[in-house]
Amino acid sequence: MKLTKLNFFLGVLLVGLFVTSCNDKDDDPTTSVDNFNRSEMLSFWADDIIIPAYESFDGTLDNFVEAKDAFANDQSIDHLENLKATWLISYKSWQNVAMFDIGKAEEINFLYSMNIFPADVDLIEENISNGDYNLTLPSNMDAQGFPAIEYLLFGMDDSIVPLDLLSEPNRIAYISDLVDRMKSLNSEVLNDWKTNFRNTFVENNGSSATASTDKMINDFLFHFEKHFRAGKIGIPAGVFSGSELSSLAEAPYSGKSKELFFASFDAIQNFFTGLSFDKSTTGLSLQQYLSNIAQTNESQDISIAILQQWESATTSAQHLMDNFKDQVEQDNSKMLNTYDEIQKSVVLLKVDMMQALNIQVDYVDADGD
Amino acid sequence: MSNKFQTYLSTTTHAAPLAVFRFLFGLLMSISIIRFWYNGWIEKLYLLPDFHFKYFGFSWIKVPPDIWCYVLFIICGLAAFLFAIGFKYKIAILIFFISFTYIELMDKTTYLNHYYFVSVISFILIFLPANKYFSIDAFKNPSLAIQYIPKWNVDALKIMLIIVYVYAGLAKLNYDWMVNAMPLAIWLPSKVDTPFIGSLMSQKWMPHFFSWGGAIYDLTIPFFLLFKKTRVFAFVAVLFFHLTTSILFPIGMFPYIMIAATMIFFSAKFHNQILEKIASIFKIGKTHFDNGVHLIHTQNRKSQIAFKILAVVLIFQVLLPLRSFAYPGNIYWTEQGYRFSWRVMLMEKTGYANFKIVDQKTGKRFYVQNEDFLTQFQQKQMSTQADFIIEYAHYLGNHFTSQGHQNVGVYVESYASLNGRKSQLYINPEIDLMTLKNNFNHRYYILPLNE
Repeated sequence: MKLTKLNFFLGVLLVGLFVTSCNDKDDDPTTSVDNFNRSEMLSFWADDIIIPAYESFDGTLDNFVEAKDAFANDQSIDHLENLKATWLISYKSWQNVAMFDIGKAEEINFLYSMNIFPADVDLIEENISNGDYNLTLPSNMDAQGFPAIEYLLFGMDDSIVPLDLLSEPNRIAYISDLVDRMKSLNSEVLNDWKTNFRNTFVENNGSSATASTDKMINDFLFHFEKHFRAGKIGIPAGVFSGSELSSLAEAPYSGKSKELFFASFDAIQNFFTGLSFDKSTTGLSLQQYLSNIAQTNESQDISIAILQQWESATTSAQHLMDNFKDQVEQDNSKMLNTYDEIQKSVVLLKVDMMQALNIQVDYVDADGD
Repeated sequence: MSNKFQTYLSTTTHAAPLAVFRFLFGLLMSISIIRFWYNGWIEKLYLLPDFHFKYFGFSWIKVPPDIWCYVLFIICGLAAFLFAIGFKYKIAILIFFISFTYIELMDKTTYLNHYYFVSVISFILIFLPANKYFSIDAFKNPSLAIQYIPKWNVDALKIMLIIVYVYAGLAKLNYDWMVNAMPLAIWLPSKVDTPFIGSLMSQKWMPHFFSWGGAIYDLTIPFFLLFKKTRVFAFVAVLFFHLTTSILFPIGMFPYIMIAATMIFFSAKFHNQILEKIASIFKIGKTHFDNGVHLIHTQNRKSQIAFKILAVVLIFQVLLPLRSFAYPGNIYWTEQGYRFSWRVMLMEKTGYANFKIVDQKTGKRFYVQNEDFLTQFQQKQMSTQADFIIEYAHYLGNHFTSQGHQNVGVYVESYASLNGRKSQLYINPEIDLMTLKNNFNHRYYILPLNE
């Protein structure tokens, strides 16, 4: 056949389309040249941070389950104290996984069953007296998780919850159901990471809005802004309402806000700097990614500015009282100060980091902003 | 009017190139609409948001509720298919232009140069006799069929493409693009995991290669396409350039639309070959349309009116991008006169805008959580464009006033980063945005860009 212009054109177009469509499947996961390897970062995140964090959380939940079983069998002061202690350990451990709202966790709304505060006290009491509730309903999200158990164990006012009250069968059953549900939800998430999601996550190493790196960073920033900055500090300090809302602090009944705040902040910083969960190694991280880009482009390393800003935020938060509820009521300016220090880092994260890493926010056609 | 010009107007050319253009453009448009739906964007971009950003003067354009929004897209996609096959062409292309442009006007968050390109091209097509050859219309009514159309019909489309490429090229001749290879120096390194070419993308010289290559391509390609000798080479360049961009960047259908559009530069012979292929696939006799009829411009009133309208359109297209010279400051920072000027893939801009609602009497204040009002995509677009910020501020002001807040003033603490520069304050944080209005005046409240 004579090579007409048309045939030539169709040939070139076909080759072009072939190359383009090949791009859809990522069949070349390990191109390691002297550049930043997203796949390697993703497997470090999955294997050395995320899965160990879930495993560790799972262990604390086992102890929590054991403690509530012991208390259900015998309502002694010792068992109650142990229950409260395991609650706190689990709650702190939860802060390590809260930011990974991806995969199964995202699918089953894990976050919303674990730590929605403030707990809906009336709803909890209603559920207990009815003895008939469905914890899987979205309407019951603020009647479960750590905040709900905190209310039940610590009570709303300063006086200790009477052991008699806690010993009511309905109340014991409700606590037991809440703890069991947390354990089973976490098993589901952990199991998914170990069986399917780990590979899906690591193999999705592209640079579109749906790629793991982009999605993870978007989730990380969302967590930082919404749950850490606003949830733990901004909302109770009245930043978004104009008036102080002390009752919206995290863990107001047990007074453990500060401890939980720092557990969360540590997890955030370790993720950013790429410190493995067991703290034994460091791997590829956002910090390294940023340093790497700064080196290639001979530009300023933003990660240094971010870490410095977090240091200021830490210093400011160290001056806060253990219970942020009390802090808001007694001297809110300190809360606002901490908020401001955190807020300054949000600009660096959401503007400078997002640009440097070329993170896509959403899958939408673009022609360059 | 000079004789030479009269002769030009009377010159006819084969109708095949225009017929192919109509067919491919319509087909790509119907695919675009299906793809848009398939990606869930009708719901995500138009139905889910509570608030939509409007173009100046078009705030009366509303998003049709629920099912009607889908109906609008169905009408648009169907019209595209109908004008592609040349069935009831005049009505189909008119409906397509109106429905497509209406969709674009519903929310400026989604503004893309190539959507604007589609609107402009479909407007031009309303006035061209693109259904006189190889169309259902001409097939059913042979007396309508015309084999030779005025040469200026095809030239009008070529001129439009030259305008697009040349302005896109001129826009690249700036310091960031040519010297710093920005924003490609940000974009390319993140493509390391792209199969085959990934490792190339992190080479230091790559952004400069792409930047200079892109600028030279845009500025010269239409002229290489014009001449027969360089045409094949030029078209290979077109394919290489646009397919590369489609691999590397999320620019959707645009590369394919441009590839199809640039085919208008090819000879009638080439287009006749394409039509013969299509004819043999669908078992239509192409000779059916080869009736030897010429449309003589000077004897055709419609053609003369169309010529006047399109002359105005093209002159307008030449002038519109120049409006940016009327504004001071860095255009990428202020975006004054930025849109509708073929500034494609030219900058990476990231921003963050934190709005403060203040009671002007008591001084009481609180901050807004943007996610309560805007989608992530809207937040992204809003935070780097001053007209979005003003529009949103008014929305917030009115919202909180209606909620019972008094003496509402709206202030913004906004930061933006342009092409790898460190983030800096964007809008003057001391100004109550409720006192500002969107208009074509210079936006003095945008703080100057510190280099």
